[in-house]
Amino acid sequence: MTVEQVLGLYNYWIVIFLMMTGFYIVIARNNLVKTVIGLNIFQISVILLYVTIGKVSGGTAPIVPPALVSHGHAEVAHSDHGHDEHHAADHSDESHDHGEDDHGEDDHGYGSHEAHGSHKGEGSHDDHHDSVVGDSHESATHDDGHAGDVKATDVVYSNPLPSVLMLTAIVVGIATTALALALIVRIREDYGTIEEDEILELDRAA
Amino acid sequence: MIEINSQLPILLIAIPLFAAPVCVLLGGRWLTYLLSLVVCVTTFAISVALMQEAVKYGPIHYEIGNWKPPYGIEYVVDALSGFVMMFVSALAAIVLLYGKPSIDAEIPRSKHYLFYASYLLCMTGLLGMCITGDLFNVFVFLEISSLSSYALISLGRTRRAPLAALQYLILGTIGATFFLIGIGLLYQMTGTLNMTDIANRLDTETGPRTLLVALGFMTVGLFVKMAVFPLHSWLPNAYTYAPSVVTAFVAATATKVSVYAFIRLVFGIFKPEFAFEQMPLGTLIIVLSLVGIFIASTAAIFQDDVKRLLAYSSIAQIGYMLLGIGMATTNSLTAGIVHMFNHALIKGALFMVVGCFVLRLGSSRLSDWRGAAKTMPLTSLAWAIGGLGLIGVPMTAGFISKWLLLTGAFETNNQAVAGLMLVSSLLAVLYVWRVVETLYFSEELAPMVEDATEAPVWMLIPMYGVVLAILVFGVWTDCSAGLAADAAEFLLPSDVAAAASSANAGGAP
Repeated sequence: MTVEQVLGLYNYWIVIFLMMTGFYIVIARNNLVKTVIGLNIFQISVILLYVTIGKVSGGTAPIVPPALVSHGHAEVAHSDHGHDEHHAADHSDESHDHGEDDHGEDDHGYGSHEAHGSHKGEGSHDDHHDSVVGDSHESATHDDGHAGDVKATDVVYSNPLPSVLMLTAIVVGIATTALALALIVRIREDYGTIEEDEILELDRAA
Repeated sequence: MIEINSQLPILLIAIPLFAAPVCVLLGGRWLTYLLSLVVCVTTFAISVALMQEAVKYGPIHYEIGNWKPPYGIEYVVDALSGFVMMFVSALAAIVLLYGKPSIDAEIPRSKHYLFYASYLLCMTGLLGMCITGDLFNVFVFLEISSLSSYALISLGRTRRAPLAALQYLILGTIGATFFLIGIGLLYQMTGTLNMTDIANRLDTETGPRTLLVALGFMTVGLFVKMAVFPLHSWLPNAYTYAPSVVTAFVAATATKVSVYAFIRLVFGIFKPEFAFEQMPLGTLIIVLSLVGIFIASTAAIFQDDVKRLLAYSSIAQIGYMLLGIGMATTNSLTAGIVHMFNHALIKGALFMVVGCFVLRLGSSRLSDWRGAAKTMPLTSLAWAIGGLGLIGVPMTAGFISKWLLLTGAFETNNQAVAGLMLVSSLLAVLYVWRVVETLYFSEELAPMVEDATEAPVWMLIPMYGVVLAILVFGVWTDCSAGLAADAAEFLLPSDVAAAASSANAGGAP
């Protein structure tokens, strides 16, 4: 691993640093509120991990630019084709991929759009292999090289799916935090303290 | 006109999910109780109908909102998920039917409607984890069931209950987050979240190291939720301080569903060839579960609180289920799956017995139960029968799972494992006997016992229903071991298992 490769993975280092910080706080702190803060940091590191997974280097928000809207259908079908090729290159199991893409073309408007998303997901898979974030974009567009219309392939989108998943995870995190704080309020009412060792001491005395 | 039959998979989740907020809106004690009871029974009926259909016509695939998988979320009912859903919903219904007097006694009246709402949500989460074919959806349902079970546990009478719930919350959240990291890594490698699709796309032969990391994170995450030794520390307190009804329900179902998720993960997504041949997962599981069985059973012997005693016993019993998974033959996997069911019955029944004693004697400490067989003979008898099941005496359900486990152990030439299992059953004899001795053979009666009366008949009937089921499923195994064998054959066809076990036998202790 060269220095550039290590630095190129900086977002993963941040994820690991945050994760371990949160984990350490959860384990080492006696104060219950601080434990919950640690838990939050721990969860947030995972959110960052997912956002990293979804990001395609140079990609924009996954909204079709106005210039492309008029071509609509043809472009979309085309990008589906690119997906197919990319797959064949990636996996040796061609028959499987074909079966799947046929299926994707069955229901056009939606299926092909999502295929585009998962295509990007494959891109970040390549990232991983090369250990350089962002290489994938080039390799992905190469596959589409024979295209007649360049415009559609010029636009690179980030994968929106991980961000959507994280919206759910954030909601779960908020619910967890709220419940934890509610429990801490009750503990404080009953014991008069939120230091875990003091609580255990009180229990032993009782 | 939509045919109602084709919509059953979503109704199974939707009915309890929407009934929960309705409970909160309605308020009141009787109304919400009846509503939850009706919902639980309906859910059980739906899961039986689904299971019948899945057995007859093969796996049911339901596309939510008609979005085709792998893009949309898919619900799958097959032999395994149908089986688990069936006993989870059955126990939810029976525990609720049994629990009314216990709920009245142990939970503040003003909080009843909230209790029922959380109870339904918890069941929804557990059923959802079983039925969904989407990996991220598993995480969401896992959190639904976990969050509601934290709330349920914190309803306990003592001031220790909120602390026990918080400890569970912290460990449970770490476990669930580990699981989430694993999902993220799998998604990064495959670009999909549908389980079947992931399984098809994962290149387990030459896959990158990310695969290992994903398997590791998800295994540890689920081990926390299952309370596998040494990640079990949340369980004894949570089970001890929760209200009796909650303990009966959670102990019977929650950990089993996590075991189910683990089986799906190892056999459905990562494939046994990868998990057991390339990875030493089998050896790891066997060692951890044996150590767990011995330590937890020994700890159980020395507990004075019966709830805590049963909690440690639960940790040990999870070990038996994992042992079945770890040996990875079709028979041992059958044992693991059927033990989920048998143990759900047995632990459900025993915790229901504890609930009866707590209702009448006001305590779950063993010393307060001395001589209770004189005043509460029926409840004490239920303990004795349930205890026999826990030990694994022939003619009880526990024997069936132990027998299949032994078969599995001999198939893989793990004589040592078989021997240790038999020895560990003796430890179970000790802790079950301690309670039986206190109930039946105490010279002096505990003060509360003297003027105690038998538990109300409306608690005894459902309880004896489960106790009878322990005996019935010890003799008639079509519906337990038969279905479990189908499920195991489906996950791990015998010929694949033979190859895997020959590779596994060398590395196992």
